[in-house]
Amino acid sequence: MAVTVKTFTSAGEAAGALSSDRSARYLGGGTLVMRALNEGDVSISTVIRANDQALTRIDASGPRVTLGAGVTFARVLAERDLAFLHAPARSIGGPAVRNMGTVGGNLFAQSPFGDFTVALLALDATVAVAGGFGARDVPIEEFLQARDRQAGTLVLSVSCTRPASSEAFRYRKIARIKPKGGAVITLAAHLPVSGGRIAGARIALGSMAPTQIRARAAERALEGRSLDAATIAAAASAATEGTSPSDNALGSAWYRREIVGVHLRRLLSGQE
Amino acid sequence: MSKTPLQFRHNGRDVAIFVDGGTNLLVALRELIGDMTPKFGCGQGGCGACSVLIDGEIHLSCLTLAETAAGRSVETLDGMKQGPNLHPLQRAFADNFAAQCGYCTPGMLMAAKALLDRNPQPSRDEVVEAISGNICRCTGYESIINAILAAAGGRASA
Repeated sequence: MAVTVKTFTSAGEAAGALSSDRSARYLGGGTLVMRALNEGDVSISTVIRANDQALTRIDASGPRVTLGAGVTFARVLAERDLAFLHAPARSIGGPAVRNMGTVGGNLFAQSPFGDFTVALLALDATVAVAGGFGARDVPIEEFLQARDRQAGTLVLSVSCTRPASSEAFRYRKIARIKPKGGAVITLAAHLPVSGGRIAGARIALGSMAPTQIRARAAERALEGRSLDAATIAAAASAATEGTSPSDNALGSAWYRREIVGVHLRRLLSGQE
Repeated sequence: MSKTPLQFRHNGRDVAIFVDGGTNLLVALRELIGDMTPKFGCGQGGCGACSVLIDGEIHLSCLTLAETAAGRSVETLDGMKQGPNLHPLQRAFADNFAAQCGYCTPGMLMAAKALLDRNPQPSRDEVVEAISGNICRCTGYESIINAILAAAGGRASA
């Protein structure tokens, strides 16, 4: 079925058009929306696009990093100042998908995809969105919890604070096919250290619930402690708390619960 | 539903077509331009059979809204041969038995070309990474990887 394609020069106009039409979807890199159209998704009758340069801007020079929603994973990988995001960007798709898929679109990708968003969740990112009534900033966790109701909002950019060191931010994707494949589970940990103790631990998990989630019990096990064997064991054993994984072709819910603690332990121990 | 006029460069030649809203680039190439070299595999971005180069970058044509190719340069396998001669990559695929049923081959060749255009002397790992979005269900990947490495080696000695 043919759809109507509307192309705007500004993100604001695109946001207005998106918020006023329930059957409209915003087309970023195409890996989600074109796929839905190819599968005959009749809920989409309008495709909205914007050629706004602001959507593809990268600001990575300072301590606060901002990525336009239309920035592709290939561009993240080409940016030396974004080295802390290279592992999650590289874990997505093959080269063609990385040339197309965007940071903003990944926020809407459901399991077994959406790996980059797991990294952003562990980094306490902020999502700038525009609706019918102007732009606002939303904490990424709040954005993800309401993701099913975000169809009418346009993501403009995502920003986060650069981790203090490469040790402080860790990422691990478990896939059956290497180097490309959907995730069995995805883990990211942000472990800022203050005076030898972890302060502000963030553990984020993908494919362990309907959206990417934080493992709050594991975070509590790490908070205020040094990253020693006992602390790591406590965090690993708490990893499944609050999770609700599903069965799919890549793994069963049972299997995901069994392995999440193992991989969290390896991630925190710095093991391959 | 009205059709949208669309112009782009197809293997070095300007083409002008009319597309329905939502038409993907693969359908535009195959059904409106008659270039049957990019294949329809999954329509989901999982197989790479529809891979083409857009402004020199590898893209999946089935997930590309045709309109977004306006004014850009699209290269497909159809443009790879050089007159009556096979491209060195095509020659290497034939010599190394890198095609069996042949369905993945156009996508594999475009992915390989995208790699060698930027990195003429890739390592084996770089070749594996370059074709990681392309699925082959017959030969397995070893002969394909060997063919790409052979083509790169051939270029070096040429």
